[in-house]
Amino acid sequence: MKFLASLTDRLRDGLRRSHEFLGGQLDELFASERPIDDSLFEELEELLIAADLGVLVAEDFKHRAREEVMFGTVTRADQLRPLFRRFIADTLRPAAQGLRLEHQPAVILMLGVNGSGKTTTSAKLAAQLKAAGRHVLLAAADTFRAAAIEQLEEWGRRVGVEVIRQESGSDPAAVAFDAVRAATARRADALIVDTAGRLHTKSNLMDELAKLTRVVARQMPGAPHESLMVLDATTGQNGLSQARLFHQGIGLTGLCLTKLDGTAKGGIVLRIHRELGLPIKLVGVGERVEDLQTFDADRFAEALVPVDQ
Amino acid sequence: MFETLSERLQAILDRVGGHGRLTEENIEAALREVRIALLEADVNFKVVRAFIDRVRGKAVGQNVLKSLTPGQQVVKVVYDELVELLGGSGHRLAMASHPPTVIALIGLQGSGKTTTAAKLARYFGTQGHHPLLAAADVHRPAAVDQLKALGTQVNVPVVGDADQTSVDICTTAVREAAERGLSPVILDTAGRLHIDEVMLDELRAVKAAVRPHHILLVVDALTGQDALTVAERFNAAVGIDAIILSKTDGDARGGAALSVRHVTGRPIAFVGVGEKVDALEPFHPDRLASRLVGMGDVLSLVEKAQASVDAQTAEDLVRKIRQETFSLEDFRDQLRQVRNMGPLDQILGMLPFGKALRGLPKDLDGEQADLSRFEAIINSMTPGERLSPQIINGSRRTRIARGSGTTAQDVNRLLRQYAQLRKMMRGLKGLEGKMKKGGIPGWRSISG
Repeated sequence: MKFLASLTDRLRDGLRRSHEFLGGQLDELFASERPIDDSLFEELEELLIAADLGVLVAEDFKHRAREEVMFGTVTRADQLRPLFRRFIADTLRPAAQGLRLEHQPAVILMLGVNGSGKTTTSAKLAAQLKAAGRHVLLAAADTFRAAAIEQLEEWGRRVGVEVIRQESGSDPAAVAFDAVRAATARRADALIVDTAGRLHTKSNLMDELAKLTRVVARQMPGAPHESLMVLDATTGQNGLSQARLFHQGIGLTGLCLTKLDGTAKGGIVLRIHRELGLPIKLVGVGERVEDLQTFDADRFAEALVPVDQ
Repeated sequence: MFETLSERLQAILDRVGGHGRLTEENIEAALREVRIALLEADVNFKVVRAFIDRVRGKAVGQNVLKSLTPGQQVVKVVYDELVELLGGSGHRLAMASHPPTVIALIGLQGSGKTTTAAKLARYFGTQGHHPLLAAADVHRPAAVDQLKALGTQVNVPVVGDADQTSVDICTTAVREAAERGLSPVILDTAGRLHIDEVMLDELRAVKAAVRPHHILLVVDALTGQDALTVAERFNAAVGIDAIILSKTDGDARGGAALSVRHVTGRPIAFVGVGEKVDALEPFHPDRLASRLVGMGDVLSLVEKAQASVDAQTAEDLVRKIRQETFSLEDFRDQLRQVRNMGPLDQILGMLPFGKALRGLPKDLDGEQADLSRFEAIINSMTPGERLSPQIINGSRRTRIARGSGTTAQDVNRLLRQYAQLRKMMRGLKGLEGKMKKGGIPGWRSISG
């Protein structure tokens, strides 16, 4: 993933804000020298749930902390800080994987609920791949939302990538079919297919997506090489249900966590990864093209729970 | 939305309700479960804490424990507190005394502002108003095009030009509305992060320029604990008057809804319930609370039925049942009306004691498909067959099945259901005869 802008500070900048705002109370707790007792554990659980980690992951961490307390290695609240950072990094380390782009063309499907950021992410990814010297095509397979095609075309103009499209309201599977053919004919390195947002509970729309995937797979064995669910970092516990149903319906290869520059931390990815084992392939930490980055568990944990203080 | 939370709350409350006598320990145990259920539903933890404290304060009181039905009393306390939490009896957007009324939609990127703007315009259109849409999102590519396309769909004029500033677009819109006698003006602003000062300044400028009567924050129902931060910050930055909750048709547990209202003190005015432009409904806190504790929402069901069944058709139906001339064509009309009311699972969710229906398949999509299939089958029949289905023999059955893209078994299933319905109707008629003087309450309200 050399072509992606190096991580480091951007991720931390984006995340620092979230940490400043929502992490406030958790931070206070981790800064205090309070002795660890039941009331502290209860408070800790609430704060972890408030970071969208969910009851299960919060329990996980509590168990781990209790073990340390039993061994006497941890006695004060501030000693939980490094423990929590390690816990996040350990939990998410297996999730950090790069995109599979070896195939020519590599077909990448962008999936997700409405408003999660599929179109923007598609465009940013296209721009980055192009900047890395690859020949990229975009496919406007969101034929449902008004002006979605125009939005992707505008992005295509801005980043200088060709957009394969049909009329609004046409069959998205047909758009994908055309796009795969075009990508093959033009010897493109990658094809990014932007699909329509849909709630994961709408079985007819999920069927439509399954059909699109089947059409692509029949046309090009092995494709799609990536099926990424784009997940808004503000999503709560429902993110698990989204990932589960998209995974069941289409078979995901990973997640793309967007909008990390807000005050939400995307804590739900811990739960999603713990329960479904899905990797996190990309994270969006800002509006600029280079703000789309690969995921690094240690940096993520570090940004959420800074060493200093 | 809310189904999972509703199921869990009902299971907990069922157990409490089953106790003949309650002790403080019983209640404490139940409250702990309620707490986890609410937390898992994304209700903000501060809100949960306050809620549990209040329920405890009321439920542990002597009156409850000494009453004859302590369990029922606890359910009532929870219900009352939920209504309180969700914002009383509902909120209506008042129209300004000097039109045009100006309504601004604000929110995060991807929360659903543009779609909601069109839905809102359509809603006001059906209420006898003549709205105007202003496409003031000049930042997201093609957002103006999107609103224009949606405006055509809902038949509402749209002003906006991606080359202008959002302040210009909004002031133009308000002036144009005043000239053309249109109201309300609905401003679709650009999505922005609640910590993005530059974008918040733009919002402040719009607010100063057109002084909206209502600033509505669009909140995605899928949002987690962050919903509260978002609502707080937008409220602090520009001030919000009410909230619209979007994407409630998924399986989100809706905790955000329970939290934002509590934290900002601003009511939820509307909920988005689907992708289509008519999928926006006024929000009724009491009705939702009633569904959450398993008491059903009969009021909404009646309203839905009234909206989708016209009086004449209903009268005809009653006459036909009386004269036993209810044909397959009438059956098809009935199917259509049921379909018009919305997805079956939503309808069932409104029935009281929905828990009695828990045995039903969770996924009612199949039933929904049946409705369409039955309609197709009836459409493939000749008028003669629809009037006297007994003439349908093997070869007719094959033709109907082929014509409707179904199987002979499906055709049989339909005919069986139709026969059952006729039989039931004969029974109803007999009942009506017996009760002539008193009448059957539900029956009369349909016919009259």
